[in-house]
Amino acid sequence: MAATVRYDEVEQGQEIPAADYQVRRANLVMYAGASGDFNPIHWNERFAKAVGLPDVIAHGMYTMAQAGRFLTDWAGDPGAVVDYGVRFSSMVVVPDDDEGATITVSGVVEEKLDDKRVLVGLTARSGDSRVLSRARAVVQLS
Amino acid sequence: MALNRDFVGRASAPSPPYEVSRVKIKEFAAAIGDNNPVYRDREAAQAAGHPDVIAPPTFPIVFSLSGGSILADPELGLNFAMVVHGEQRFEYHRPIHAGDELVSVSTVTDIRSVGRNELITVKSDVTTVDGEPVCTTYNTIVERGGAS
Repeated sequence: MAATVRYDEVEQGQEIPAADYQVRRANLVMYAGASGDFNPIHWNERFAKAVGLPDVIAHGMYTMAQAGRFLTDWAGDPGAVVDYGVRFSSMVVVPDDDEGATITVSGVVEEKLDDKRVLVGLTARSGDSRVLSRARAVVQLS
Repeated sequence: MALNRDFVGRASAPSPPYEVSRVKIKEFAAAIGDNNPVYRDREAAQAAGHPDVIAPPTFPIVFSLSGGSILADPELGLNFAMVVHGEQRFEYHRPIHAGDELVSVSTVTDIRSVGRNELITVKSDVTTVDGEPVCTTYNTIVERGGAS
């Protein structure tokens, strides 16, 4: 296994161009089934509103998965990710329409570490909100 | 309702082995919309140096939620209707691949109040049935309004 990105070719501060990921209600239903997280706040508007939420919200893990996908698409090999953590700082509200919500992910190489590893900082936004904070990953480069 | 602080340090019994299948990895990859061939195509995964298809980085949530056995204990006092996810971290010792049989041991490492919310952190040590370390997960969930 090996990342396609070479350690010698990245610089501290290097930006990873942003990408958009769409999330619709159907994605949340699929994610509930695949992950086993059937909390109704992720698919039942009536329930979500009854517990004080504005509408159905995406699973935090769905958002983390999109930022993870951004990371592994950059690294080239998902097996190159050695550490990945996030804080869920804001909810991704997913309306019941054809557009759903958009999660925009971008990244920056924050630090070059030993053993050809890099610390990548990730930013994920939906609408005006930053939906992940302290989102960081350590990736083993080639 | 405030969570029972006596649960800090409490560990679950080892989970029953979770068998990682190609079908489940493919389903999970489809659900997150990730078309990477190393999640679906054994030959592509092997060409990348893996023994079989590997799992996406967030896949361990599928089986490490089994820390749920502690979270579901009525003595803890957690109201699931008010729960949202606060933080999540994975430390990977090696990629998870199809064919792995994984055991998780979950430990409550912290319970604290932040504003009106209660936060509980569960660490799960994931190994193969033979004891090889695979990953360590840290899951913090928030009970909204729990501390009010």
